Amino acid sequence: MAKYLLLKHYRGAPAAVNDVPMDRWTPEEVSAHIQYMQDFAARLETTGEFVDGQALSPEGTFVRYDGEGRPPVTDGPFAETKDLIAGWMVIDVDSYERALELAGELSAAPGAGGKPIHEWLELRPFLTEPPTITE
Amino acid sequence: MDEALLRTLTPTVIGVLVRRGADFAAAEDAVQDALVEAVRTWPEQPPRDPKGWLVTVAWRKFLDAARADSSRRHREVRVEFEPVPGPGETVDDTLQLYFLCAHPSLTPASAVALTLRAVGGLTTRQIAQAYLVPERTMAQRISRAKRTVSGVRFNQPGDVATVLRVLYLVFNEGYSGDVDLAAEAIRLTRQLAARIDHEEVAGLLALMLLHHARRAARTGPDGRLVPLAEQDRTRWDTRLIAEGVDVLQAALARDRLGEYQAQAAVAALHADARTAEETDWVQIVEWYDELLRLTGSPVARLNRAVAVGEADGPRAGLAALAELDPALPRYPAVAAYLHERDGDLLTSARLYAEAARSAPNLAERDHLTRQAARLNARLRD
Repeated sequence: MAKYLLLKHYRGAPAAVNDVPMDRWTPEEVSAHIQYMQDFAARLETTGEFVDGQALSPEGTFVRYDGEGRPPVTDGPFAETKDLIAGWMVIDVDSYERALELAGELSAAPGAGGKPIHEWLELRPFLTEPPTITE
Repeated sequence: MDEALLRTLTPTVIGVLVRRGADFAAAEDAVQDALVEAVRTWPEQPPRDPKGWLVTVAWRKFLDAARADSSRRHREVRVEFEPVPGPGETVDDTLQLYFLCAHPSLTPASAVALTLRAVGGLTTRQIAQAYLVPERTMAQRISRAKRTVSGVRFNQPGDVATVLRVLYLVFNEGYSGDVDLAAEAIRLTRQLAARIDHEEVAGLLALMLLHHARRAARTGPDGRLVPLAEQDRTRWDTRLIAEGVDVLQAALARDRLGEYQAQAAVAALHADARTAEETDWVQIVEWYDELLRLTGSPVARLNRAVAVGEADGPRAGLAALAELDPALPRYPAVAAYLHERDGDLLTSARLYAEAARSAPNLAERDHLTRQAARLNARLRD
């Protein structure tokens, strides 16, 4: 089994095929979209492939140690992940092919007009513990 | 309360229930109930025959559950479930359970989870911890697996190779929670080896023992990876090595070589060398040739190139490597190592950095990054 991170971006990824901002969807379309993702997660729970999933606020702050008692807080000018990461899901699957299949399915969540968004999701494997036998 | 004993008895008892006609999932539930009962009552009243006690209690639990499930209209079915006296009991039920849990209809992950649960007697929580997934996810994985095999006929002859692959997967899992999976895999393989006379079961057991013997030396105090050549060999477990070598020799004497025996032979040659320099690389190359003949595995090809580099020098190793696909995992790491030994530090540093970027785990990535840093520092001087 291998764990993969499915990363949903706010921006930075190439445009989705059905690229309508969510605030222009009908409320029903928004509900359908959310329901799709919940159903997706629930189904992966029953297949024993779900690990974790969370949505992230677009608000975020860059913080760095800058001497005793003075953490500097900045808002750029560089790209920050709050611009990028909208949420994630962690899955634990038997193969890369299965991870690809599930990411594709999540990308097909319905959007405006009830049509799949075809949004781009980033799929990244987790680094793991080393196996006992490598030679 | 002897928890180890309970764990050892679990698969036997499940096996007895399934043999008597209980559905696999129901049998497993009933045995879990019986175990809870045992934990409660044994400290006060230890049974004279723990296995007999568990079978009796689990069977009663199973009948209770079957009764509750099917209510009055199925009462007559219960009569069919009466224990069958006679020779049926002489068959080794635990062995059948190994085959059932490793059934080819299961995905590897499900087979592993089911084996740990039913044969190993671990709790769902322990298995979930070991695999770093939520308990609910693991519970679903196990119950799906149970459903998948519930229609499988129990008396079908099993496939030893599938069982061995599952046990190998358990052993090779680097994670550890509450339960040490490597030790658990060894325990289960020992149990299997005691029940079935098969050279590859012995081969896998030997392989596990020989690798487990080196475990303490494989990582430093800070968790960093220590390569074989730099390991403190006094920290190897000589008792496990001796046992592994014995098991392997008995298996090899049967003259039916398989991939686990060949891998164990390589491990035994490493274990046999008091220093890295004393390693018999020529023989290791020969074993990798055997392994390639058996499996054609790309990993074996890569390892063979390393062994050739040690036996005949880095140029020969690089020549062997040149015949392989550079896209193989760990190819750049092997190339980096051979180039360094050949004196080409610049190429080696570049390849180590490349290898670090594609490393599949943290310990390896950090190790390769340090190697690249070490060479880059030397190049600056």
